[in-house]
Amino acid sequence: MNAPVAITPALVAEHGLKPDEYQRILKLIGREPTITELGIFSAMWNEHCSYKSSKRWLRTLPTKGARVIYGPGENAGAVDIGDGQAVIFKMESHNHPSFIEPYQGAATGVGGILRDVFTMGARPIAAMNALFFGAPEHPKTRHLVSGVVGGVGGYGNSFGVPTVAGSVLFDRRYNGNILVNAFAAGIADKNAIFTSQAEGVGRPVVYLGSKTGRDGIHGATMASAAFGGADAEEKRPTVQVGDPFSEKLLLEACLELMASGAVIAIQDMGAAGLTSSAVEMGAKGDLGILLELDRVPTRETGMTAYEMMLSESQERMLMVLDPAREKDAEAIFRKWGLDFAVIGRTTDDLRFRLVHQGVEVANLPIKELGDQAPEYDRPRTEPVAPVPLDRASVPEPADYGEALVRLIGSPNMSSRRYVWEQYDHLVQGNTMQRPGGDAAVVRLPGTAKALAFTTDVTPRYCAADPFEGGKQAVAEAWRNLTAVGALPLAVTDNLNFGNPERPDVMGQFAAAILGIGEASRALDFPVVSGNVSLYNETNGASIPPTPTIGGVGLLPDATAMATIAFKAEGEAILVIGKAGTHLGRSAYLMELLGRDEGAPPPVDLRAEKANGDFVRTLISDRRITACHDVSDGGLAIALVEMALAGGMGVAINLATSGDRLGWLFGEDQARYVVTAPQESAAAITTAAAAAGIPVSVIGRTGGAELTCTGTFAVPLAKLRSAHENWFPDYMARPA
Amino acid sequence: MKSAVVVFPGSNRDGDMLAAIELISGQRPISVWHAETSLPKLDLIVLPGGFAYGDYLRTGAIAARSPVMRAVAGAAAAGVAVLGVCNGFQILCEAGLLPGVLMRNSRLSFICRDVNLRVETSDSTFTRAYRKGEVFATPVAHGEGNYRADDETLKRLKGEDRVAFRYVDEQGRTTEAANVNGSVDSIAGILSEKRNVLGLMPHPENAVEPAQGGIGGRKLFEGILGKVLA
Repeated sequence: MNAPVAITPALVAEHGLKPDEYQRILKLIGREPTITELGIFSAMWNEHCSYKSSKRWLRTLPTKGARVIYGPGENAGAVDIGDGQAVIFKMESHNHPSFIEPYQGAATGVGGILRDVFTMGARPIAAMNALFFGAPEHPKTRHLVSGVVGGVGGYGNSFGVPTVAGSVLFDRRYNGNILVNAFAAGIADKNAIFTSQAEGVGRPVVYLGSKTGRDGIHGATMASAAFGGADAEEKRPTVQVGDPFSEKLLLEACLELMASGAVIAIQDMGAAGLTSSAVEMGAKGDLGILLELDRVPTRETGMTAYEMMLSESQERMLMVLDPAREKDAEAIFRKWGLDFAVIGRTTDDLRFRLVHQGVEVANLPIKELGDQAPEYDRPRTEPVAPVPLDRASVPEPADYGEALVRLIGSPNMSSRRYVWEQYDHLVQGNTMQRPGGDAAVVRLPGTAKALAFTTDVTPRYCAADPFEGGKQAVAEAWRNLTAVGALPLAVTDNLNFGNPERPDVMGQFAAAILGIGEASRALDFPVVSGNVSLYNETNGASIPPTPTIGGVGLLPDATAMATIAFKAEGEAILVIGKAGTHLGRSAYLMELLGRDEGAPPPVDLRAEKANGDFVRTLISDRRITACHDVSDGGLAIALVEMALAGGMGVAINLATSGDRLGWLFGEDQARYVVTAPQESAAAITTAAAAAGIPVSVIGRTGGAELTCTGTFAVPLAKLRSAHENWFPDYMARPA
Repeated sequence: MKSAVVVFPGSNRDGDMLAAIELISGQRPISVWHAETSLPKLDLIVLPGGFAYGDYLRTGAIAARSPVMRAVAGAAAAGVAVLGVCNGFQILCEAGLLPGVLMRNSRLSFICRDVNLRVETSDSTFTRAYRKGEVFATPVAHGEGNYRADDETLKRLKGEDRVAFRYVDEQGRTTEAANVNGSVDSIAGILSEKRNVLGLMPHPENAVEPAQGGIGGRKLFEGILGKVLA
């Protein structure tokens, strides 16, 4: 089984290790590695696990804050939400596997992120998914949408976590490389958060959960490589298969075990499975780890040490237990019908040693495996500043009403009901705001509080200007949380980019991170967890830079929550923020004219903060009846969405004599639409003026039409059918 | 008033059910593990929603043969009120405590949304707080809720006034669009012969508080818990 294998340059290359990286290994261990050791290095030093190209830039992000308990470096970030509770959350990509095998790729992405959260002792209470597909007309898109949505639902629904929000975007630049970014959040007792840091010598290292099979071997390496033409098919066997039922058992067993006091350290087996989990527990605790691989529960006979160490079989955990409590721990796992095996122990020699069939197949310095991973400051070229849009070249539509119907019924602006209705968004009974609003809201039983969740990024902005695009993604997440009345707490970032060995891609990456950092700092919205996914390219074509932001906010009093729906006829409609003008990279330009041009709207972070804080106070003081942020499609689309959600129309007065198009469809940032009873509108206007916040009263709710003086009058029913029908019609059409 | 919620390893709306019953009755039900072979004296037993044993085979098929189900069947025969919601309904059918089966939704995908239910009979402990013909909203969340039974069984269910709820539109009409999963005759819930066992696909336990978006399911619990208390 463990016959020596000659380590040839070809074999090294197959493991994704560059010649200089292999030299580094030789220097580090002073001899040629065994095949098992080579596998371990390839798993630990690939981009996915080592962040070797991104680390330098990630370090620039603000990660601390008064409420932050754990920032990046743990399985997930942890933030204090009062009453002795913490919210624990993270977002992670499963892009390559989902392109190869959409159902299982997406399902195991959900499974992986849920494990990251409950590994820290938190019970998952909410999930989200940000999905990016190719053009609707691309022959693979429909199949990928169907599989990914099915996989997300199939896993989350069975596991029992509500999938409460997310996004779905279509863009031809994802034709050969879709993105699946899965988010999960859980709640833990602030004083009972678990980490992977092992403590104590001679303590049992315990394997829990499902058995180890040959699935997913080299999954992390695959995630660190770009696709060639026929590659996707050939790589199918490296995609793992998810089992949400086992995950549910693992959740319940882990939480029960943690409550019993037997757990010293815990780490889920995610990317690079047993290898990275064991190394991380030892390295963090300044301990060595000795594993006896003959004790690993396996699904198949004849598995080699190499295969066991690199398997990415799902639903597995590694723990260091209090030896005095080993029997109790075993009883809990047997009750839940899960495998439980002591497979090794902690040592004081700082070595990572593996014994299989009486042979020592690996003996490596445990800390250096992680610490000495290569780190690159890759060459980069500054992104080229976008050419401003030539406004004179953008005609007004012949019929504004028709343009509005087309835009609200376009692939990227239409309702995502088809998707979210396949996700159980109500299980656990705490969903206060369902998908379709600015942010989902989930109450916390036994308290007056609720948490708000959103995912945001506008890739067409990021492609044009990665710095402003990075800023905008953070600002929009902050704004969406604010719009439901939540205080934005912190974010998790899922950074999806192309090949970092290309200077232009590295330039995009650096600029986007700097933009994210600037916005996070200005908005007091630290980055507490995240994931980097590079090499998202097929046949040399990169995806647009896509730094997805998952934002979490806190509503101290859940009953003060705002929604986007108009509530009553005859109410005043106010816009908080400046009048719209900016059409560069707008949805109007892109979806209706097919023009991807200009600079994205700049984000004025000071205005963002001031306007948002003002709106949040209006909500908590219960002075407004509905609230919606202005984003894709501008003011006109915000009004349509509010009208559709409330089932009533609106009449607005055109408040500009000049630029009608910009006023209606401009995507200027830092803006909200709110409604209030007529009698309180004046007081809000006065308060805004006193605070230096731009505000305007633009119309009133009511009727069955959306009207704008001298510009359009469209029946709500017509807008609704355009908005609701695109997705189901598209999916029902033969491929 | 003593109630129990049966917990299978893959139950995931057991917590929702415990909370709903506690909210309305003021008393926390006991949780009964699926491996139990006997039950204490109870007034109400609930089989909650979820994926009892993963449901990779046929929904509810393994759960129906689990140790606790023998005790549940015994209690049902003795007249104890038994409520099966979603996966609980599937299990009751598989266990033969209710007739018929639940097949894959006609639109083939999982569906989570609010539906309107029409109360078809107020003659049961479960439906007595509703008016016959009353329409209320409550969510569904399932992939296999398409109720099917042979003609003979359907005839009996209707003849014996055992159809508890039907899927309808807002005006209370049965329509193809309102029949969310394609169930025969728009059936959403049925009663046993002795009227002490109710199975339904929708989730009344997720519609008991305004914060959940509606309180349509509340009267179902008020009916059961009120009757038992009296």
